[in-house]
Order: sequence, then C-alpha cells, then structure tokens
Amino acid sequence: MLIYDTRYRSLTIQVVAMIGFMLLAAWLINNTLANLNTLGKPIEFGFFAEPAGYDINQMLVEYNNQDSHLRAAFVGLLNTLLVAFLGCITATIVGVLVGVLRLSNNWLVARIMTVYVEMFRNVPVLLWIVLAMAVLIESLPAPSAFRGDEPEATMKLFDTIAITNRGVYVPEPLFSRSLGNFHLFGNSPLRFDVSLDLIVILAVLIASIFGMRTMSARANRIQESTGVRPKTWHINLGILIVPMVIVLALLGFHLGYPELRGFNFGGGTHLRNSLIALWLALSLYTAAFIAEIVRGGILAISRGQTEAANALGLRPGKTMRLVILPQALRVIIPPLISNYLNLTKNSSLAIAVGYMDITGTLGGITMNQTGRELECVLLLMLVYLVISLLISGVMNWYNNRVKLVER
Amino acid sequence: MKKSVFLGALTVAGMAAGVASAATVDDVKARGTLNCGVATGVPGFAAPDANGEWQGFDVAVCRAVAAAVLGDPTAVEFVPTTGKTRFTALASGEIDMLARNTTWTFSRDVDLKFTFVGVNYYDGQGFMIPKELGVTSAKELDGATVCIQTGTTTELNLADFFRVNNMSYEPVPIETNAEAQQQYLAGACDVYTTDASGLAATRATFETPADHVILPEIISKEPLGPLVRHGDDEWGDIVRWTLNALIAAEEYGVTSANLSDMASAATDNPEINRLLGTEGNLGEMLGLDADWAVKALGVAGNYGEIFEKNIGESTPIGLARGLNAQWTNGGLLYAPPFR
Repeated sequence: MLIYDTRYRSLTIQVVAMIGFMLLAAWLINNTLANLNTLGKPIEFGFFAEPAGYDINQMLVEYNNQDSHLRAAFVGLLNTLLVAFLGCITATIVGVLVGVLRLSNNWLVARIMTVYVEMFRNVPVLLWIVLAMAVLIESLPAPSAFRGDEPEATMKLFDTIAITNRGVYVPEPLFSRSLGNFHLFGNSPLRFDVSLDLIVILAVLIASIFGMRTMSARANRIQESTGVRPKTWHINLGILIVPMVIVLALLGFHLGYPELRGFNFGGGTHLRNSLIALWLALSLYTAAFIAEIVRGGILAISRGQTEAANALGLRPGKTMRLVILPQALRVIIPPLISNYLNLTKNSSLAIAVGYMDITGTLGGITMNQTGRELECVLLLMLVYLVISLLISGVMNWYNNRVKLVER
Repeated sequence: MKKSVFLGALTVAGMAAGVASAATVDDVKARGTLNCGVATGVPGFAAPDANGEWQGFDVAVCRAVAAAVLGDPTAVEFVPTTGKTRFTALASGEIDMLARNTTWTFSRDVDLKFTFVGVNYYDGQGFMIPKELGVTSAKELDGATVCIQTGTTTELNLADFFRVNNMSYEPVPIETNAEAQQQYLAGACDVYTTDASGLAATRATFETPADHVILPEIISKEPLGPLVRHGDDEWGDIVRWTLNALIAAEEYGVTSANLSDMASAATDNPEINRLLGTEGNLGEMLGLDADWAVKALGVAGNYGEIFEKNIGESTPIGLARGLNAQWTNGGLLYAPPFR
C-alpha cells in the first residue's frame, strides 16, 4: 500500500484529500442543480434581456424603466464604483491627516484624534451609515421649507447651493457651445456617452501639468549649475490657468444654478443624501483604520531619521513630508490595499440608505422581480471579485514602484 | 482507487436524489412549529404588540393554519421578512408559508414557482401625501419625490403609472414600512406609495393622521394572499382550505360565539357539518383531524371577526369591508363549497 511507503505517503494523502474535496464540491453543485431542476428553475441568464420595469434615482448614464435588467445592473455598477472611488480618496486624505496628527506633540490634537479613531473603528459601519442618513434626513430642511415669502430656510453661498434633507443641490457646469457627446458601444446595454467637452478640458489640463513639469525640470537644471533656483511659480500658474480659461471661454462655460420647481429643486447637480451618507460613513470609518496604518508606518521609521533631518535644519512639516512619509509609504501601502478593498465591499451596505448600487439593482430589485437568486448572487460575487482584483492589481503596481529596491 | 471514486459517485447520486421532496406538512408536524413569514411590522396586518406577541390580520392566517395542523395556535415561529427577503426565505424552505400582504401576480405564481392559495385581502396601490401640499389627484404628482418599498409590485406599478402619464418622479427606495414612515414624516419624500390598506395602517400610527390624505386614484389591483412553495400540493391544499374555512364560516354564520355549540352536534346545515367535521371526512382527506376547521376557527373566529378585530372600522386603521365583503354582500370573498 502506498500509505506505508514513506516516499509516497504525503503524496497519497494529498491526492486522497484532493479527491475528497472535489467530491464534496461536486456533491454541492450537483445537489443545487438537482434541487433547482425539481423547482423548475434551471440556471439561465435569459432574464437579463427583459425590461427591468423599475426606476433608479441616481443614474450616471441614461436609463429608463424600459431598459433591460443588464442595463440596470450596469447603472448600479457605476454607482458602486462612484461611491467606492469617492470613498477611497476621502478615506486616504482623512486617514493620513489623522494618522499624522495622532502623533502630534500637541496633547489636545493627539487625544481628539485618538477619540476619533477609537469611536469609528469600534462601531459597525452599518450603524454609522444609518446614523449619517438619519442625521441628514432629520436635521436638514425639506424643500418645502424654502417656499413662501418668508421661507424658513434659504439657499447658501449667494443662492447657489441648496442644502435639503433630500440631498445637496450644487451648480452644474454647462457649455453653451458644447462639442456634444461621443457615443460608445452603439445600442448595447453597456452603451454610454462620453462628454467631448470633458475630454478637451482633461487634455488641456494634462498638457498644462506636463508644461509645469518641464518648467520645474528646467529650474532644477539651473539650480544645479548655478546654485540659484529661478522663480517659477508665476509661470506655472500662468501655464495652468491661461489655457484653461481660453478653452472654457471657447466652450461657452457657465453654471446652471438650482432653483425651486414644483415639489423639488430643479437644475444643478443633485447629490442625493443617500450618496452623501454612504460616502461620509464609509470614508470616515475606513479613515480610522488608515490612520492607524499610517501611524504604524511612521513609527516604523527609526527615530534617527527624524533627528538627522532636524540636524540638517528641516522644519517638522518638511521632515514629515520629505523624509518620513516617503519611507513610511513602503510599510503603509500593502495594508492600505486591503482597506480599499474593505471600503469597496462595505459599499454593498448601500441599500440601508436606499443608495442604488449594484447590490441594490442586480442583487436587490432584479433578483426579487425575476426570482433568479442563484444567478444574480453568483454574478454579483463575480462583479465584486473583479472590482477587488482590479483595485489590488493597480495598488500592487504602485507598491512595486515605491517599495525599496533590493539588490 | 477506481472503486472508491465509483462508490463516491454513487453516494453523490443517491444523496442528490434524496433531497428533492419531503412533504412540508410532515416537516411541520415533526418540528412541532409552523414557520410563518410575515411583514417586519405593518400595524393591523402583522406587528408585535406590547407583550411581544405577534398580532394582525396576516398573523391570524398563520395561527389558523398552525391550529389546524398542530392543534396549537401559538406553535408558530414568526419570521419577519422584508419585501426583498420574503421570496428567498420561502423558496429556500426557511419558512413554510408566507402571509405578508403579498400580491398574487402571474410571474410570481408561474415564474417564481410559488402557489398562491387564495386572497385574504383585495387591495390596490394608492398614494399618501401631506394635506398642506394641496395635491388632490395623483395626476398632479409630476416631479415629486416618492418613497417606495423596494422589491415590491408597487415599485413596478409606480414606474408604469408615471411613464404612461408622461410624468417624472424621483424614487427613494426603502426597505421597510418603518423607514418609509421616517422619511415621509421628515419630508425627505413628498409621497408615500404602497397598498391602500398599508397606507391606512401607517397613517393610523401618525400623531396627526388628519394632516395626510390618501389620493383617490387606485393605480393597480393588488390581491394579497398567503402563498407556499410550488410542487407540494398537499401542503398548499391545507393552507388554501384553512383560509377558505375562515371565509366560509363567516358566510354560514359560524362565529367564535356559537362554534362550540355547532361543533358538538350536527346542525341542520350539511355544509356547516362538513366544514366542522360532524359529517363526512374532509379532515381525513387533508390528512388532518376531523375537527381541523374547528381548531382553526377557535383561534380568533371567522374571517369577518378577524377583519373587524385587526383592521375593521372600529380599529384605528378603520378599513371598510369594501371589496372584502362576502359575495352575498356585494364583495369578492367567495369560498368554494365544502363538499
């Protein structure tokens, strides 16, 4: 017998375990399929092409209730990506700030940051989301409070921003000589329009940044050869602003202000309070973890580095920015990736505040109206898997760039 | 080696075949309790009272079924479900039956593989709006923000209604009636839409119900009824005929007051006798005791009594019988003959 042969024993055990595992998996799958067949619901994805029949409030691409379930899922996916993107950026900024300030020599600042971290870290994120929403709904005025000759509430910032318990209405950019949209993917459920105005503006912005980098490279060259760094900030400012102003003027840029129309505010961009609540709660919660990672990363850099920087005459702010943080990044980034993933996955709690992310559309209404639980959940898992792998792919690439190169 | 794989495959096949069909009624009897899915809290229909006891119109159906099958109206495990979770709970076997103001539709019956056993409340979708907004018709709701329970038929009706009438609206999806109430009262939405009975029940819990109006338009048919899984007809029959027994009892004048008299000896109405088991063997046909209907009626009386006690005009919810009167009184309730 192979089991008594020391040369093959481990291999035998592994093979047997592997077969056992595969049998278990096969049994589970077979059982599921058999049960679904008995129920008369074999796995199929044809329902995706049928009209969804429901409306979604926040749409980044055009959608109406006669579009397919797949289109509705796509709208939900974009909403998920939006809140995850906004959340990751905000969480990083807040997290780094809090992490640095927690090490501050100022007793009060350091303690306040400790309280913040411990408060957010130790309460489930769902409760923070629900709380944020409840505060927004209960404490802000309803649009009807803006009505009448002597309204209870007024718009803020010279009548440009309306803060209501249905969300915040901010001015929207409009172009009177718009270049129109570039339509992608024809008539498929994944079709979407890209604003050509936005592309032009981004192109100009990138060109400006490239110009500014060229300028600072030239300044470096001059500084190295002569020892005197030429003044560049006014040139840089010009490179940044002048082309942008010209482009905006050519496109006929103006702002569309929100105004009260009928039941609601019309015009302007509507940031729904479901988005704000989710975004705030997710980023503040994740920022607490990121703050701890940042603090750990800074503490991992030996005290000698700070002392050396001080000895060279660098002020504390510059010591942190130029000496400590770049080194700490190497420790910070790997755990940061998993916090980004957590934030993205936690965004699936969106339905608690009625934010229509992909869990709310594909895994919520579509699943409920079509009764295809297994298909929807499997697809949903696949979507989150792909998003997570993409995030960690990008972050790993960045990590490889900043990590210590060992030879 | 080959033999073990073969044996394993055999086991797999055997187990897969074994899962398919165990009768729900046997499961319920073996367990000793009925798992009944109800709403998370709609006053009058299904909500726990001050003592934590579930009370309500839908809850009464669960209790009647538990009494008929197990002889004990308290042997019910109430599982609160949201509009989103209810079908998964039923399909997965977590609950034996669902009595959660659920609309009987074609696709739920046919495509979702459920069996609706009847209708215990004929309803329709309405709109509730604060009086101060001065709206008198649903046709004036263009541009309104509408709170809507997600995963319900009302969500689809709403989309259809606004599309057909060429109006725009902003849906605010919410999960439970309680959240809807919070958002509606805070003014985060102008309108709350759900079944008219649910609106009446919700409005009854407000501090000042008179400040809110239910608009006259009823935009859909919502026949609400209990449902079970497809494919277990014995269990479906039990739930169906328990509901019919409640309805028929009202028609024949069997009430909780005269139930024990009528059940003790045969009356001169053969229909009542067959219903209460003093004649014939209807109980045996269902696989239950002969006095199954007596037990079901003994919980809270007939349909009319349950209606009056939970949602009738004497309660804060104050719903009129309307479509839900017996066919003999111009309503739609019509139990097939007990024969």
